[in-house]
Amino acid sequence: MTSLRINGQTHDVDAPDDMPLLWVLRDILGMTGTKFGCGIAQCGACTVHLDGKAVRSCQLAVGAIGNRAITTIEAVGATPAGAKVQRAWLDLEVVQCGYCQSGQIMAAAALLATTPHPDDSDIDAAMAGNICRCGTYVRIRAAIKKAAAATQV
Amino acid sequence: MTIHPVSPPKNLSRRFVLRSGAAAGGGLLLGLYTHGAAAAVVNASEGVHADDGPFAPDAFIRIDRTGKVTLVMAQAEMGQGIYTAHAMILAEELDAAFDHVVVEASPPSDKLYANPIFGIQATGNSNSVRAFWTELRQAGAAARAILVQAAAAQWKVDPATCTALNSEIIHTASGRKLAYGALADAAAKLTPPANPPLKDPKNFRLIGKPLKRLDTPDKVDGKALYGIDMLPPGVKFATLAACPVFGGKVGHVDDRAAKAVPGVRQVLVFDNFVAVVGDHFWAAKQGLDALDITWNEGPNAHVDSALIWRDLEAASEHPGAVAKAVGDADKALQDGDRFEAHYAMPFLSHAPMEPINCTAHVRPDGCDVWVGTQVCARAQAIAAKVTGLPLDKVIVHNQLLGGGFGRRLDIDGIEQAVRVAQKVDGPVKLVRTREEDIQHDFYRPVYYDRLTATLKDGRINGWTHRITGSSVMARWFPLGFQHGVDGDGVDSAIDEPYDIPNMRVEFRQHEPPAVPTGFWRGVGPNNNVFAIESFIDELANKAGKDPVDFRLAMLKTKTPRLAAALELAAQRSGWGNPLPARRGRGVAAQVAFASFIATIAEVEVDENGEVRVPRITCVVDTGIAVNPDTVIAQLQGGLIFGLTAALYGEVTIDKGRVQQSNFNDYRMLRIDQAPAIDVHLIRNGEAPGGIGETGTTAAPPAVRNAIYAATGIALRRMPIDRDVLAGRKQP
Repeated sequence: MTSLRINGQTHDVDAPDDMPLLWVLRDILGMTGTKFGCGIAQCGACTVHLDGKAVRSCQLAVGAIGNRAITTIEAVGATPAGAKVQRAWLDLEVVQCGYCQSGQIMAAAALLATTPHPDDSDIDAAMAGNICRCGTYVRIRAAIKKAAAATQV
Repeated sequence: MTIHPVSPPKNLSRRFVLRSGAAAGGGLLLGLYTHGAAAAVVNASEGVHADDGPFAPDAFIRIDRTGKVTLVMAQAEMGQGIYTAHAMILAEELDAAFDHVVVEASPPSDKLYANPIFGIQATGNSNSVRAFWTELRQAGAAARAILVQAAAAQWKVDPATCTALNSEIIHTASGRKLAYGALADAAAKLTPPANPPLKDPKNFRLIGKPLKRLDTPDKVDGKALYGIDMLPPGVKFATLAACPVFGGKVGHVDDRAAKAVPGVRQVLVFDNFVAVVGDHFWAAKQGLDALDITWNEGPNAHVDSALIWRDLEAASEHPGAVAKAVGDADKALQDGDRFEAHYAMPFLSHAPMEPINCTAHVRPDGCDVWVGTQVCARAQAIAAKVTGLPLDKVIVHNQLLGGGFGRRLDIDGIEQAVRVAQKVDGPVKLVRTREEDIQHDFYRPVYYDRLTATLKDGRINGWTHRITGSSVMARWFPLGFQHGVDGDGVDSAIDEPYDIPNMRVEFRQHEPPAVPTGFWRGVGPNNNVFAIESFIDELANKAGKDPVDFRLAMLKTKTPRLAAALELAAQRSGWGNPLPARRGRGVAAQVAFASFIATIAEVEVDENGEVRVPRITCVVDTGIAVNPDTVIAQLQGGLIFGLTAALYGEVTIDKGRVQQSNFNDYRMLRIDQAPAIDVHLIRNGEAPGGIGETGTTAAPPAVRNAIYAATGIALRRMPIDRDVLAGRKQP
C-alpha cells in the first residue's frame, strides 16, 4: 500500500512503487481529469502539482512521492493562481478540443504561483513543455497575462 | 472530402419531415423523419427499403416542462465548437434562451443523423455548419411555430399576434407571456409546419454573436469526459502492439514474462496484433514490454521512403483523368515561355492529443462501445460486424473527441477494441500508446503535383496541374471517386480562384505501397493550395510583378470576395514595408471549404536554415460567422496546425515501418514558436462557409512564399528543408 496526499485527501492505493502517478490517478482512483498524451514527458498533458511545482505525472513513480502534496486539475481551482487561470481560460475561450488543457492550466497555475507577473519569455519557458495540437497557444499566452493582471477571482 | 467533382453524386440532398410528439416524462419532442434521396443512398448499401426511414422522436429537440431545451447533436465535437454553433442555429430560430439549452451527443444512425452533404453520419470537411444550416433553422422555426400555436390557442388569440423571445411566447397586445416549459405538453399535440418561415438574418439575436462555448466550463476543471476517460464498472485496461511492418502478421509470441507482471490478466494474440489486458494501463503496458513477439513481416518489409517517392514521381509522368478543362490549355502552353515546377507533400500522422482508444463490453446479447468518433454509425456497424450482433444490439456512446483532424473518421481502433472485448469478461478499455498511435495511422498521402504555365501580358494564359497521389475517397467514400478523379484530391484545384482562360486539371491515382492513407485536416486543399500558391509566387517573380498585385489582377473579376480579403490582408500586414535582411513576407490566397481567405506570413530565416515565424495576418470571408469568436479561434489554431506541418511534419518509412514514434521525433509546434496571429473577419450576409480546416491549408504556402521572399530559395516540398535554406544542400 502506498499512501498519497491528493487534493488534501489521503488515499491508500495498492500499486507497485514504479507505477507512474498518472495511472494511479486515472485507472485506480478514477480521477480522469489528468490526461495521457505521450508517456515520455514530451507533451505535458499529464501535468500535476507536487508541492505546488508542475511535474509530469507519467514519469513520476508513486513510490518516490512520499508525503508531498499532489494537486490535480480537479482541485487546482481551490488555489488562488489556479482559480485565476481557470477564470481567464473561460473569459478568453482558450479551449478547443480541451484534451491538453488540464495540463496547460496546471502548468500556467504553477507559473503564476511563483512568478505572478510573467513576461513572454517566462511564459515560453514554463509552457513550452505542453503541446496543444489544436494550436490554442495565442490564447494561452493572452490568458496567462489576463490571469496575472487579475487581482482576485 | 468535397464530393462535387466531375460527376457529382446527385442524390446527396435529403428531404425531411418534422414531427412532434409527447416526451415520456411530459414535454415536447421534435423529431425528424427522413426519406427520399439520401436515405436511398444509405439504405441501398444496407439493403433496406428506401422509404423505411424511421421516425426519430428525439432526433433534434426536446423541451421539458421546466423549459430545459435539449438539442441532440448529430455532429461530433472535437474542438471545432460545433456543439455551440449548432445549438446557436437551432436556438436562434426557436427563440430559446441560450442558457436553457443543453446539448447531448446523438446515437448512431446514418438514417436519422446523416450529414446532409455526405449522406452518412460523419463530421468532416469543415462542413457541419454548411450542411446543417437550413435543416437546423427549419427545425428550430417549426418548433417555435407550434409553441406559438399552443400559446395562441390557450389565449384564444390569433397566432400572428404572438411573438417569441428567450423561451417565452408573448402576446404583444396584452403583454401576457407563457414559458416554453408550460407550453411543451400542448405543443406536443400539434403538427409542426413543413416550411416554417425563417428569420431575416438581420433579426438574428444569437447568430453572429461571440457567445461562450457550451463545452468550455467542463474542459477547464477536469470534468469533461473523452472516450479515454470511460470507466464502466469492472473495466479492465488493455494496450496493444501491431505488426510494425504494414501488412505483417503475428508470428510467434512468448508471453511467459508478460504473464508474470503483477496486474496482467490476459495476453491475447490476434492475426496482426497482440493485446495485453491488465488491472490498469500500466500493468498492460509493462506486460506488453515484456512480450517476446516474432512478426511475419510479409511483403512490405522492403518498402522505404525512397521507393515510395520514386514510384510516385514515375506515376506522375503519365496523364491522369481530366477533372476540369477550360479553353485550350495545350495550345496556350505553346504560346510564349513555358514555366514548369513540381511540388511534393509528405506523409503525415494526425497525432491528436487523445491517443486512439475505445472501450467495449461484448455480451452474448449485446455490445456497448464508448468512444469519441467522427463516424458514429460506422462505429456501430463495425462492432456489429465483428460480433455478429444485429445493429440495434450495439449501443455506441459517443464522447467528446480529444482532437479528430480526420483520424477519427476511421474505425480501426474500434474494431480492435471490440475484438479484444470478445475475449474479456466484462468491459475493457483499449488505449494505444503514442508510439502505436503514430505508427499505425491512416496517413495524409504523399502527393506529387506537376504544374505548367505560360504568361501573357503579365497574367497567366495557359495552365495545367496534374495531381498524383492516393485516392482516399476510393477507400473511404467511393461515391467521391468517379472516372478516375478523386473529388477531394482535386478540391481547390478545379475551382481555383484565378481567372485563367486556358487550363486543365488532372488527377492520377497512385496508391503508395504498404502505407494506408486517410483524411487529414485540410485534406485535398492542403496539397492543392500549397502547389498552386507556391507556383503563383514563382510566376509572379517570372513576370516581374509583386505577388499581391499579380494575384489581384486575376482575382478581381472572377473572385471578388477573395480579392477583397487579399487587399485587406496586405494592408493589415504592412505588405510592402521594408524588412531587414533574411526576413520576408509571403502570401497565400485560397478558396477552400467555401471560405475566402488571404493569409500573409512573416518569416525570418537564419544562417542555419532555421525558420522563425513572428506573425501571421489572416483575413477571412466566410459569410455569416455563426460564432465569430470560434471562427477566429479555428483560424488561429488551424494556422498553427499548418505551421507544424510546414516546419516539422513528415512521416518517413524504412523497412516497411514508420520511423517516427512520439513527440520527440514527430515534432509539434510549441508555444515558444507560435506567431502572433491577427485574424480579421469580413462580415456580410453570405451563406456560411467552412472554417475548421482552412487555417491548416493556408499556413504552409504563406510560410513557403515568405521564405522565398526572404531568401530567394523556392522550396517545392514540405516540410521545409533546413539544409537547403542554410546552403548546405541544393534545392
